[in-house]
This record gives sequence, structure tokens and C-alpha cells, in this order.
Amino acid sequence: MITLSGVTKSFGSNHVLRGVDLVIPSGKSVVVIGGSGTGKSVLLKCILGLVRHDGGTITLDGQDVTQAERDPFLARFGMLFQGGALFDSLRVWENVAFRLMRGALKRPKSEAREIALEKLRRVGLSPQVADLFPAELSGGMQKRVGLARAIAAEPEIIFFDEPTTGLDPIMAGVINALIREIVVEMGATAMTITHDMSSVRAIADQVAMLHAGRIQWTGPVAEMDATPDPYVQQFIHGRAQGPIESVR
Amino acid sequence: MAEALTGFLAALGRPVLSALAAVGRVAIYAAAALGHLLRPPFYWREFGQQVMQIGWFSLPVVGLTAIFTGGALALQIYAGGSRFNAEAVVPQIVAIGMARELGPVLGGLMVAARVASSIAAEIGTMKVTEQIDALVTLSTNPMKYLTVPRLLAATLTVPVLVGVGDAIGIMGGWLVGITRLDFNSAAYLKNTVEFLEAWDIGSGLVKGAVFGFLVALMGCYHGMNSARGAQGVGAATKAAVVSASVLILAANYLLTEVFFNA
Repeated sequence: MITLSGVTKSFGSNHVLRGVDLVIPSGKSVVVIGGSGTGKSVLLKCILGLVRHDGGTITLDGQDVTQAERDPFLARFGMLFQGGALFDSLRVWENVAFRLMRGALKRPKSEAREIALEKLRRVGLSPQVADLFPAELSGGMQKRVGLARAIAAEPEIIFFDEPTTGLDPIMAGVINALIREIVVEMGATAMTITHDMSSVRAIADQVAMLHAGRIQWTGPVAEMDATPDPYVQQFIHGRAQGPIESVR
Repeated sequence: MAEALTGFLAALGRPVLSALAAVGRVAIYAAAALGHLLRPPFYWREFGQQVMQIGWFSLPVVGLTAIFTGGALALQIYAGGSRFNAEAVVPQIVAIGMARELGPVLGGLMVAARVASSIAAEIGTMKVTEQIDALVTLSTNPMKYLTVPRLLAATLTVPVLVGVGDAIGIMGGWLVGITRLDFNSAAYLKNTVEFLEAWDIGSGLVKGAVFGFLVALMGCYHGMNSARGAQGVGAATKAAVVSASVLILAANYLLTEVFFNA
């Protein structure tokens, strides 16, 4: 279980997170929604330690993440980045097997390649793709490779940062379905950052809305449409009028 | 009046403080990189790739620079020497000039132009496309994976490039000497070999190692600190080449003082 209590983060005079309280229960899929620039990605990076939060605490199974030993801590996570963040200089299978060829999880090259091919198959990519370079793939294929890399070492916790951004609706639907299937199949804890409502409905067990640096509303996805919270209502219906300023 | 003076001093002090802060940041980065150089894990495959990228693929540009410089140097020394009947010193001065100064400095500058820019652009792009963050989430320290192999490869391969450049530069001088200046081929080579001392070559190779380290350090540092977007990567690339070039020239003076100051 990941617990955030009063997490704050500022960049100069820009106070991005102003006291975030959020619990991500083990084995659940939590989706954080919110407008662009509200600090969703910063929140996720604070949990991983990619960005150091200024105040508050973040714990993983009761242990403060800033005190945890980095390698074992990070070994519990997989992450799909918004743009894929595939390594240009490595072939697709080497990207997927990156973690399996280095560090504590290192294994023979042939075995790592076999696992990579299996993970590529799992996300619907053929073995022919394995020896291509990322630049030779379409955006949707890159996202799938990123997803295969995120699950390659079978992590307990998977983070998805804007998994459907830049994809057409059909490919977005495919990625959403894959994420849901994989999370359920692996029994993983998942945290997704998105402002795509179709992703929210496909992926989430629980939804949290981030607004003005705080969690504005949180609850089960089934209750999202019925909540009277005006911020949530404006966001999920994409209205220009409401408490959230349309020009930020 | 006092306010104007304060404003003037502040305007002078601000860039000085900013420059000192930048020097401090680079020094901390270099110290961290050297610390990682001594502690495992080592990424030998990445090191091998960088040896090829920095060393092998820089050979043509360093070789071409050296051969033309050696040839031009022979012509200049011949023309200058003829003013006091010292045309015969061409082989010796070309050799010492290439080995001690022009080989390492021009080689270093060419590598700075080719490699510092490439490293800064590559790492800068990796930063803005979140590949550096991805490395961290995959339990891989970017300093160990990206910086250390490049630093080590540049420090080890640039002296080799300098050595090859020295030889090619001297050959350039020899070629011009025998074809344009009527030198006897065997006598030219004999004079060159007999005149050169081991330290003439050794000092150039040490300079090459220092210049290689500086080139990779500047490329990695500016790449890692690249701002967002294409403009940020462009600025990082420019800063890497400029700072590496200036540092090479400054370090060359300091090393020359240390090595040859009587």
C-alpha cells in the first residue's frame, strides 16, 4: 500500500502540490485525474523519488520511501512513460529486457530475450518487432513496447503516465484494455495518471481528482458520475463553465 | 551616487557569482563521476560502444586535421626560417610542434567539436524524452550508465588519437618537405626521429588524456542539465562545445607551464 500524507512540492514560486493525501491500496487500480499542469506527473515522480518532495510523507508498506534502499525499492516498480521513453540506441527486445540484463535481476542473454519476446506477445506485438529500433515503430507500438518493458520483471506496482496520450481512439482502447487485463492478471497495484475519461472508466477501481495541488475528490469509479462535486462534474463532462478556470 | 555604485558593483558581481556557482556544480559533477568510476557496476558494453564512437569514428577528422596542419607548419617554418638561414630545422620544429602542441590541442578541439556536441545532444534528448527517468526506474544509475563509460572512453582514446595525429601530422610535414621544399626523404625522417625525445610525445599524450576527460565531462554535464525542448538541447550542445574548447585551451596552457616551465 502506498500512502501519501500532506505531500508538498514547489518549483520556485510555483506551488504544484500543496498537501496531497492519498492512499493506493495493494492490488487496486487507482487513477489520478486532473487538468494539465496540475502536478499529476510530479506526484508520481515524487513517489518514485525522481523528484524530491518538499514536505509530507510518502510510505510504501509503512516504510518512508526516502529512507528505502533504492535498488530493492525500484525493483518493485514498473513504469510506462507518457512518450514511451524507449532507449533509441537499443533494439526493441533489449528495451523490454533492459532490467533483466543488468543488476540484481540479471540473467543470461538468451533467457532475457525469450522473456522479452513473451512480453511482446503479451502486448500484441509479433517477434519480428523485437529486432527493430524504437524509431522504426508507430506511436501505438512504442506504447506497447513501453508497456512490455514495464511488466518485464513482473513488478508488484505499475505506474502509467498518460498511457493513451497521442493515440487514436481505437489504439487508446486497445492500450486501456491491455492495461486492465495485465493489472488484473498480475494482481499488481496500479496508479495511472490521465485526463482521458475513457481510460479512467476502463482502468480504474478508484479515482482521485487532483486540483490546485490537493486531492479534490476520491472514490470508487462507480460513484464518479454520481458525485455532486462540481469540480469532478466539470472535469468529467469537459465543461468550460464551472469552478475550474478554463484558462490556467 | 551610492545607489549607482551599488548597482554597478551588483551588475559586476552577479555574473562572477553565477560563474563560480557553475564551476562548483561542474566540480561536484566531476567528483561524483570519478567516485562512480571506482565503484561497480561497470557497463563494459556501453564502454566498448563509446570507444568506437569517440575513438574510432574520430580518426578521420583528427587525421585530416593533422595532415594539413603538419603540411602548413612545414611551409611556415621553412618561410620563417629562411629569414635567418634556418630552413634546415623544418623536420625538428614540425615534430616538436606537432607532438607537444598542435597534435593534442587541435586533436582535442576536433574531438570537442565532434564528440562533446554529440554527447550533449544525445543525453539532452534522453533527458527531455524522460529516458533518464526511465533508466532510474529500471534501477540503473544514469551517472554509471551514461557518464562513466563516456568519461573513461574519452580519457583513454583521445591520447591514442593524439598519437596517431602526431604521426600523421609529421608525415604531412615530411610530404610537403620532400615534394615542395626539396628535402631529402631519409634525412628528413632521420632528423625527426633523432630530435624527438620521449617526453615530447609523452607530454602530448598526457594532454590528450586530460582533454578527452574534459570533452566527455562537458558533454555529459551539459546534456544532463539540458533544459526542456529542442531549444534546451540546442543550448546544451552549444554550451558543451564552447566550454570544452575553452577548457582545452586553458588546460593546455597550465599543462605546458607544468611540463616545460624552466
